[in-house]
Amino acid sequence: MSNIAAKAKELLESNAVQVVIGYEVGPTGVVRPAFVTDSAKTDSFIYNENCLQNLAMYLTKHEVKHFGKMGIVATLPVMRSIMMLISEQQVVSENIVVLGISDDGKLLDFADLSVMHAHIEKSNLGNPTKDQERLAELNKLSIEEKFNFWEQELSKCIKCYACRQSCPMCYCIRCSTDCNQPQWIPVQSNTQGNLDWHVLRAMHLAGRCISCGECGRACPVNIPCHLLTMQLADQTYNYFKVHAGTSQDMKSVMSTFEPNDKESFII
Amino acid sequence: MSDFEPKVVAFVCNWCTYAGADLTGTSRIKYATNVKIIRFPCTGRIDFMLLQKTFSNGADGIIISGCHPNDCHYTSGNFHAKRRWIMYKELMDFMGIDMNRITFSWVSAAEGARWAEVVNTTVSRVRELGPYVAYKKMVNTHIEEEVTNE
Repeated sequence: MSNIAAKAKELLESNAVQVVIGYEVGPTGVVRPAFVTDSAKTDSFIYNENCLQNLAMYLTKHEVKHFGKMGIVATLPVMRSIMMLISEQQVVSENIVVLGISDDGKLLDFADLSVMHAHIEKSNLGNPTKDQERLAELNKLSIEEKFNFWEQELSKCIKCYACRQSCPMCYCIRCSTDCNQPQWIPVQSNTQGNLDWHVLRAMHLAGRCISCGECGRACPVNIPCHLLTMQLADQTYNYFKVHAGTSQDMKSVMSTFEPNDKESFII
Repeated sequence: MSDFEPKVVAFVCNWCTYAGADLTGTSRIKYATNVKIIRFPCTGRIDFMLLQKTFSNGADGIIISGCHPNDCHYTSGNFHAKRRWIMYKELMDFMGIDMNRITFSWVSAAEGARWAEVVNTTVSRVRELGPYVAYKKMVNTHIEEEVTNE
């Protein structure tokens, strides 16, 4: 899209940013992320319906951060990831320029984060419709059927951790999974260890998942692991009326509490 | 199934439920011996991964218990734990892990009789449910696979 290229060129020329993160078409015709530091090379930027990857995960990578200020092409999930990263003090808001993309693919002009905040507030913050439908379907199953479903799905897991690597919220430099004292997650792939890993991942993303579905797209064996985090995103809203990534000073759901949190299962 | 004795592991906080369980003993109240108590500094310390490990190591049921809300020795540990359990329960329900096998409760240091009741009801419920076959089967699959590979 030419106006993304023009905007990126303008930002790089005026030295407002040192790198722009966007999408381009790779040599095999597949959309891939692009990191442009030269204002003469911004023409490769595109935006179409195949540009699904959540680019916000690159904002916390030191290889990208060392360029300096970053411009980023951001659809709604990316904007929410950015808000979440700022609220968790992982990204400095002054270092980010957001090239927002509206739901119908138009370039939005965000003068500062408050404008982006207003845009996010106006948008639909629930899970994507097709995932929400799938959640509803799964929730209708009996307990044995659910267990069989997940046992079968998770037995495919090869422990490549693509779900972790693709997630903008999984930014820990040393994941507890990589520690072997204590070894919470077995290194080899087996169904029970895979289940433990996916429980751990979903629990660590409870109240933080911004429902982009990137983990499910990244999975090489097509485990719908995004449904686990989306279920918790859904329940976070049910119980605590919080949508992750809506404001830059939101409090983490799992590290705060209200004395009158309601539950019905503790006797 | 009559000779099935459920294995139940209890994760309790040091300040309320552990003291409560102590009181059960000093009050000479009898309760099911299927429970193995593990003492924690606070319910806020009880990591959900411990519960996962408990089931994978062959437990049939779990009890988690701590101070009543507003009674936490560390002021807010049990409130944090409550939020975590809400999320954990929702995730377990979604993944088809039987939440009837896990009891969450608040038992204070003065509630010796209540601790006996919590243990007895949990043990009898797990006894009715039988051994956690589905989970054990999943755990055993890879052990069998490894044995055959060797």
